[in-house]
Amino acid sequence: MAEIRVMREDLRPPTTPPRRHFISIKDVTRDDVERLLATARTLERSMEREVKKLPTLKGRLVINVFYESSTRTSSSFELAAKRLSADTMSIKSSGSSVDKGESLKDTAITLGAYDPDVIVIRHPQIGAPNLVARVTEAHVVNAGDGKHQHPTQALLDLYTMREELGRIEGLHVSIVGDVLHSRVARSLIQALSLMGAQVTLVGPPALLPRGVEAMGCEATTDISVIGGADVVYVLRMQRERMQEGANYVPSLREYAARWGVTPERLRPGQKVMHPGPMNRGVEIDPRVADHADALIETQVRAGLVTRMAVLYDLLTTGPIEVKTESVLEVA
Amino acid sequence: MLFTKNAPKEDIVVRGARVIDPGEGVDAVLDVRVDDGVITALGQNLDTNSHRVLDAEGLVLAPAFVDPHVHLRTPGREDEETIASGTAAAAAGGYCAILAMPNTDPVVDSAATLGSLIETARSEAEIPVGFLAAITRGQSGAELTEMGELAAAGAVGFSDDGVPVAAPGLMRRALQYGAVTGRRIALHCEERTLSRDGQMHEGEVSAELGFTGYPSVAESLMVERDLALAAYERQPLHLLHLSAWESVQALRRARAEGLQATAEVTPHHLCLTDEAIRSLDPNLKMNPPLRSESDRTALIEGLKDGTIVAVATDHAPHARHEKEVPFEAAPFGVTGLETAFAALYTHLVEPGLIPLGVVLERMSSGPARAYGLEEPRIAVGAAANLVLLDLNASYRITEETFRSRSVNSWLLGATVKGKVRATIAAGRLAYTA
Repeated sequence: MAEIRVMREDLRPPTTPPRRHFISIKDVTRDDVERLLATARTLERSMEREVKKLPTLKGRLVINVFYESSTRTSSSFELAAKRLSADTMSIKSSGSSVDKGESLKDTAITLGAYDPDVIVIRHPQIGAPNLVARVTEAHVVNAGDGKHQHPTQALLDLYTMREELGRIEGLHVSIVGDVLHSRVARSLIQALSLMGAQVTLVGPPALLPRGVEAMGCEATTDISVIGGADVVYVLRMQRERMQEGANYVPSLREYAARWGVTPERLRPGQKVMHPGPMNRGVEIDPRVADHADALIETQVRAGLVTRMAVLYDLLTTGPIEVKTESVLEVA
Repeated sequence: MLFTKNAPKEDIVVRGARVIDPGEGVDAVLDVRVDDGVITALGQNLDTNSHRVLDAEGLVLAPAFVDPHVHLRTPGREDEETIASGTAAAAAGGYCAILAMPNTDPVVDSAATLGSLIETARSEAEIPVGFLAAITRGQSGAELTEMGELAAAGAVGFSDDGVPVAAPGLMRRALQYGAVTGRRIALHCEERTLSRDGQMHEGEVSAELGFTGYPSVAESLMVERDLALAAYERQPLHLLHLSAWESVQALRRARAEGLQATAEVTPHHLCLTDEAIRSLDPNLKMNPPLRSESDRTALIEGLKDGTIVAVATDHAPHARHEKEVPFEAAPFGVTGLETAFAALYTHLVEPGLIPLGVVLERMSSGPARAYGLEEPRIAVGAAANLVLLDLNASYRITEETFRSRSVNSWLLGATVKGKVRATIAAGRLAYTA
């Protein structure tokens, strides 16, 4: 107990910082990521104490707005805010005025009237966090916008890799599966390439977006390449985002046979990650999911401390600037 | 086929402008006299009599513009645009004639609906406006409209713009029957099984942003189909808002083989690429979408060499609240009537990509010819359809700039060069600034 009364210098309550957001990995630098990972590390150590609550963000208000279902992300953001002693509110689209047809702009303005310090938003449409940032004064954290970005997931994945493998730079990471519909993949490709890792995408042709190599990765339909990776990152087949009758793959059965991550396709010691929720038996064999080399539970734990780090960082230090005005300057 | 409100014609002398009419081969500093709406003299130091004098020293006087592709949202969405506001916006953009698309609510697919639009235009249109009627009833792609009656009632052409005529068999019938009416068939080329749910051009930017892609082949495949049908039927056709280089290639080939195919391109497809969508600004969302730099280059090339004969704004007004949403939730379309010349002058003429004369021709006589309308000319005896342009004026585009009821312009906040100072449409001074 005593050690918590004396607040550590790096965990002191913030003075007023400039307004910043965490909307896309594109908006952060390698230094930003290093600082966030270091903060997460510090916070994880503080979590080893008997009483886990820190007074750091006392009096701050964090509003979580979730327009899509979520277990991991919404619970970890809520707990992250609580562990830092912030006040929290969670709004879900069902049971709110969204059901009555309220626009995102009006919902954001309404919530903005409570002067929140941070609005965490998950939304099925790309660019929703940018809109919230334009119409409120809050710091905005993107908890997933459509198929665009999920930057805190990428951060927790980097954290997990560094904790488990000791480094990120130089790692070979295979990202397997439904890249097309995956915001997790987009953020992770950018984050890994920012940190100097090598990324190979593996999946059926229709689920590898045309032109994706320009993000700084390779792409192949050949599942055998995952044997050469340090980390095999398995994506969820996002059936709910797939258009009816689009025929991305003939069947999930055929998908599982060709691209499922099975023990036979892995080498001993290869680490396996998955952002959850898993479709066992589709993209990941249950034997792989339950094996000691699977870091899935570690990822969930990392989610809490990295999200604490993001909230802490936004309200205290460091530049994570994002342009929210879209003014086209004509030459 | 064009309708406007009844207003007295003007007596005007435009003094000291650099007169440019590429069609007439004129490029000289001249006075132009207009008597009762008709050009009566070109020359030095013309007598002004009691005429209204527009002092135009340092300005360019050109044939006024013709926009073959505008959405006036009437009937149905008069909150977004009316015939009065849309034609006022057109006048401010330097236009002497615009053609309105029939994808209204209800669709213009009967002589009764068309007749009421013509009636309204006769009482409130600031400049002449023509109306296209639908190719198929309700634009549903199932049955042809009564094209003969619609043509007789004043339709300037036929189009299901906004949706493609999906079935090749019906498209063939439309080309066959359209020929009987003598009116142009204008086609929105999109293979929807390829473009479905597409939010932007499929390519590196869509891959990174996560938007569902609308590949260029969705357009060019339909362009190839429609050119093949038109060639088989030996009928002319007009292709709306081309966006992809493959479409330009196909059109160039078909024209070389003697097909009477015309096409238009929008200022936004000539000025922007899909890179702009990184801003996630819903005012950059339109159908067809902004494409890659190689597509843009091919469109500019096509406009220059005459493969593409017309600039069309595809002016598509949308209510503010419908565009103040995430990109994916926003409707397709941007406004353009009031910014077309400035956009092209700023992005294409000033950087030396297209000569001024070509832009003036493709904004005026090119589209007029495509629909068989009288071409605006600066010649004695011609009706006065004139635009006075200030090429040196540099200004910022803001919401207050617009006469349109909608402000969903991709140029909001931008600084541009080239301003319309006056528009004379059908012999009437429709706009001055």
